[in-house]
Amino acid sequence: MGFDFSPAWISIKVTLTATAIVFFLGLVIAWLMTNYNGRWKGLIDGILTLPLVLPPTVAGFGILLLIGKNGPIGNFLEIFGVNIIFSWYAAVIAAVVVAFPLMYKTTMGAFEQIDPNILSAARTLGASEVKVFWRVAVPVARPGIAAATALTFARCLGEFGATLMVAGSIPGKTETIPIAIYFATQGGEMQVALIWVLIIFAISLTVLVINNYWESRKKKQQRGFGG
Amino acid sequence: MAFMIDIKKNLYDFQLAVKLQSEEEIIGILGASGSGKSMLLRCIAGLVKPDQGQIIINGKTFFDSQKKINLSMGARKVGFLFQNYALFPNMTVVQNIAFGLDHLPKNEKKRRVDALMEKYHLGDIGNRYPTQISGGQQQRVALARAVAVEPDILLLDEPFSALDVHLRNHMMKEMVESLKEFTGLTLFVTHNREEAYRLADHIAIFNTGKLEVLGHKDVIFKHPASLETAKITGCKNLIKARRCSDYLLDIPKWGVTMQTTMKIAAESGYMGIRANQVKFVNTSEYSGTNCFKVYIADESDGPFRTSLYLKIGSPAKSLDDYHLQAEISREERDRLFDQAQPYEIEINPESVFFVTE
Repeated sequence: MGFDFSPAWISIKVTLTATAIVFFLGLVIAWLMTNYNGRWKGLIDGILTLPLVLPPTVAGFGILLLIGKNGPIGNFLEIFGVNIIFSWYAAVIAAVVVAFPLMYKTTMGAFEQIDPNILSAARTLGASEVKVFWRVAVPVARPGIAAATALTFARCLGEFGATLMVAGSIPGKTETIPIAIYFATQGGEMQVALIWVLIIFAISLTVLVINNYWESRKKKQQRGFGG
Repeated sequence: MAFMIDIKKNLYDFQLAVKLQSEEEIIGILGASGSGKSMLLRCIAGLVKPDQGQIIINGKTFFDSQKKINLSMGARKVGFLFQNYALFPNMTVVQNIAFGLDHLPKNEKKRRVDALMEKYHLGDIGNRYPTQISGGQQQRVALARAVAVEPDILLLDEPFSALDVHLRNHMMKEMVESLKEFTGLTLFVTHNREEAYRLADHIAIFNTGKLEVLGHKDVIFKHPASLETAKITGCKNLIKARRCSDYLLDIPKWGVTMQTTMKIAAESGYMGIRANQVKFVNTSEYSGTNCFKVYIADESDGPFRTSLYLKIGSPAKSLDDYHLQAEISREERDRLFDQAQPYEIEINPESVFFVTE
């Protein structure tokens, strides 16, 4: 019996997709929230941050209510014969919900650190809000955004509780590395579990280290000598 | 070249209510920190929307609350120079200058940027990032970036306040040169009297959201029109005074009368004398006009000049028991201190001014 590598491919597929979604969603919502100072700010921010403090099982339960067989979204998709519960899409949704607050909070912190004069300068030079965002705010906040993205990736890769609830652990379909580790350990296959532990360890470390080196290289380029 | 600003804007603790109209090319706006002068620039640039009023620059209406006109920042074409220059740290010098020129075709954009690089002596630093160039270069890049969009009006917000004295003098010289290159209106905000005086011929005095006066700098500094103007232009000796006759003031607190060359109209107000206009004299040079015997209450030494706190008529009882402040050179002070108190001072009637509140 050969070693089944499918959890690795599923994990990578789910993690990359979820990270991409969270990246854009987090970036845009963090920017909108940075610029919004209305009275609902505290409430909206609280709701967006909630999945960070709640147990992942609560997030999983919420997602089940929405996309499950009897949930509003699940019902709607049923019309088209689509069922996302217990598919890898459900795993992506679980990862997105759980990892979003990390991206959102860290990125918003980075946006708030930007010298407001820099953004004002861009606006007085006739830049549209879209240009201010993409050409100034995002590049200036890049170190923070990069850190947020690395954390998001690591969180998506490590997601377990919500994923198990909404995607289950169907081998070759929705069984990700963390779930494989859990069931291998439960089944007494300690060696299999250890292999997965080492693999997930290697992927996470690689991503974080690449991020660090890339950032310090960028920093050197802009600070150059003297800085 | 002309502009007309008449706006009202409620701020946190006071109201900004400014009427400013002029045809001068460079105007320095002088006011204490927190007097709302930066807010005025932000309103003109469109970063902040005034509550009501009008802003018309060179015949172009930027804002008109009645006609419901509020031009976008891009359409206003305003050059804004920020206190810390606010260069984009993620872009090179060339990219910074070209930022406002994205609407132009590529070769036209390059031509404009090249011309600005040349004009502002940025020749060989085009590919460097803002953190890799000197403060003087940063200022020139910021200025080049602001004028690249060919603005009708250039707004400078305290451009030298973050610099040390040496660099400040150097950069002010550079700025005077650079401003000559710019043909358009310039509004320059500062809390520093010297900066305002050196950069602009016409000065507007600002006090908690209100414009006190706009006029030629020599007039404003020599004969301030109000008490606030006198304070903001740095007059150290301001004291309650009563009119005796057309050219004579009575100063009850000092127990003396003071002759003026300026005709006194109001019954009461404040008399002002600048600290550097108080002259120490020998009895032989005594002219008899505005001459007093003084005792020294306190002294505060600068590196080259000394401030003396003087009491007229009798010796001072404590350090803060004084009437007026005089500023003299260190050499003069040393010579003076060889003699015994009291000293004689003389105040030229021409340098005595009278203001009402």
